[in-house]
Amino acid sequence: MEIIALYGTAFIALAMIFGLYMTWGVGANDLANAMGTSVGAGALTIRQAIVIAIIFEFGGAVIAGGHVTKTIRKGIIDPTPIIDQPEILVFGMLAALLAAGVWLMIASTKGWPVSTTHSIVGAVVGFAIVGIGVDSVNWAKISKIVASWLISPLIGGVISFGLMISIRKLILNTKTPLKNAIKYSPAYVFLVGFVISLVTMFKGLKHLNLELTPLMSLAVSLAFGLLVAFAGWLMVRRVRIEEDEDADFHFASVEKVFTPMMIFTACSMAFAHGSNDVANGIGPLAAVVSIVTSGGEVAQSSELPIWILVLGGAGIVTGLVTLGYRVMRTIGKRITELTPTRGFCAELAAASTVVLASRTGLPVSTTHILVGAVMGVGLARGVGALDLQVIRNIILSWIVTLPVGAVLAAFFFFTLKGIFG
Amino acid sequence: MKTTNPLARLLRRSPFEPLQEHIRLVALCTAELPILFEALHEGDRIKLEEAADRVDRLESKADKIKNDLRYHMPKTLLLPVARRDILTLISRQDGMADTVEDIAKLLTLREMELPEALWPELSVLISRVGDTCEHAFQAIETLDELLEVGFRGRYSKKTRKRVTKLKATEAETDHLSAEVARRLFSIEKSLDPVSVIFWNDLIKLIAEVANRAENVGDTLMLFLAR
Repeated sequence: MEIIALYGTAFIALAMIFGLYMTWGVGANDLANAMGTSVGAGALTIRQAIVIAIIFEFGGAVIAGGHVTKTIRKGIIDPTPIIDQPEILVFGMLAALLAAGVWLMIASTKGWPVSTTHSIVGAVVGFAIVGIGVDSVNWAKISKIVASWLISPLIGGVISFGLMISIRKLILNTKTPLKNAIKYSPAYVFLVGFVISLVTMFKGLKHLNLELTPLMSLAVSLAFGLLVAFAGWLMVRRVRIEEDEDADFHFASVEKVFTPMMIFTACSMAFAHGSNDVANGIGPLAAVVSIVTSGGEVAQSSELPIWILVLGGAGIVTGLVTLGYRVMRTIGKRITELTPTRGFCAELAAASTVVLASRTGLPVSTTHILVGAVMGVGLARGVGALDLQVIRNIILSWIVTLPVGAVLAAFFFFTLKGIFG
Repeated sequence: MKTTNPLARLLRRSPFEPLQEHIRLVALCTAELPILFEALHEGDRIKLEEAADRVDRLESKADKIKNDLRYHMPKTLLLPVARRDILTLISRQDGMADTVEDIAKLLTLREMELPEALWPELSVLISRVGDTCEHAFQAIETLDELLEVGFRGRYSKKTRKRVTKLKATEAETDHLSAEVARRLFSIEKSLDPVSVIFWNDLIKLIAEVANRAENVGDTLMLFLAR
């Protein structure tokens, strides 16, 4: 207890620095990945992508980011055995942040497809094992989380597969593809607004004091979906179709109709990313703040202060603005194969899956889900060539990230304990 | 800073792009075929050599695309059609250009003289072979659209129709080449025997271009098979 009282402010300051560092890395890499798809398809310029990312990342973090944060700060480990030594949990959370941040930095210089989510979960577990004990880890929860890492890309793939097939049936494989594209485009945009808002608001948003019955949230989502659809309709109407542009490529004008629609999926990607990945950085930060401000109470009954979510969002946005735009530019150039129709399917599928996971409080990897969603389009025979080697690399990165995150966290934990304890 | 993004690595360049780039070069190559024989007919050696040069250059460019595609097709790729069929298609496309090159080579290496009596039938044959190549070219040009619709449905009918036309034109060239050969043999007494042999070879080679074009169409149909 005395340690908390003595160094409380220092702990909060350290947690904020580490948390910002972590979220900065997430923004520089992870978010840039998520937004790069729309840049690559030509729907957004980098500047526009950054503006959208800033708004919707914050939106996602503040409106829907609470559940995953809760999982990271108090769902994975049970701190009751160290009720008399709250500083252990503080050291542990600081160590976890530092470990994940360092590991991500190493991975990104090597170009490994490492996920921030996996790093932080591995780090928290690693600290818990050495700092509190193997039994303190909520293994049931961990297995649920690990299962979600396998299942979520599959779900993303199934959704995007279905979307791709529907676009073929309704638009591409018809007598008048362009006419049908314009006709159905508001419906697809509606789907973006409706699905994301329904999943987000279902049963209300407690931390924003918004109580909704399922029926009410359905009504609100419908209204929101219609509003978004109207905006989409306005934008699609402004698309200029030249008479002869289909001469070379029969579906050029259809793709042109889908281009502005990808702005909406880009928004939903940023929102989804904010709702899930911000928690990686601020979950441990929130835990430290809660313990220190409560004077050493590890149970952490207090609600998550909004300012922490805002801080996480700010870190991510800073990462995006300082380094992420470069990542976006590179990705945008390299994934031109993802045309607007394909990108639309993949992004909508990925965003829906991530938001669903956020709602359930499961920390997942946005990037890996996007990979799954693109695979779905590929399985619908919609992409020229996908390199399945990537899947192997991803699985390899899972296997490596968990133990490395854990070992690093254990190392930092003992270091911090040595310094302050 | 490198990206940890697996997406850039996941999305490889579509193999259908090089296939189309390749067929465009092949089409330019086959377009030299009538020019070669016109030059021969007019007795214009310079025009003939120039055309043969262009064929040579186009053929090596096409070769490069073919090899690039082959080297960038690892077995780990998820493709909408069988990997083997893609590789077969590009080598068959390449076969069209190869045959034109063989013809151009023969015409430049040996000072061939075109017997005037052959010209009416021969020029018809060459023009029909050109039509066959055009059908093959147009069929391959539908590949990007086929990818968009997943190689089936309404749009794939367009490709099927094109291949049907291709096969009909190729059948015609078979008859036409037989007629040119018959004409050649009917005047063989008046020609130098060695020339007869070479002209017989040439006629076969010209018909072979159409044959190769048909092979391209047949392989493309494998993409559409369920």
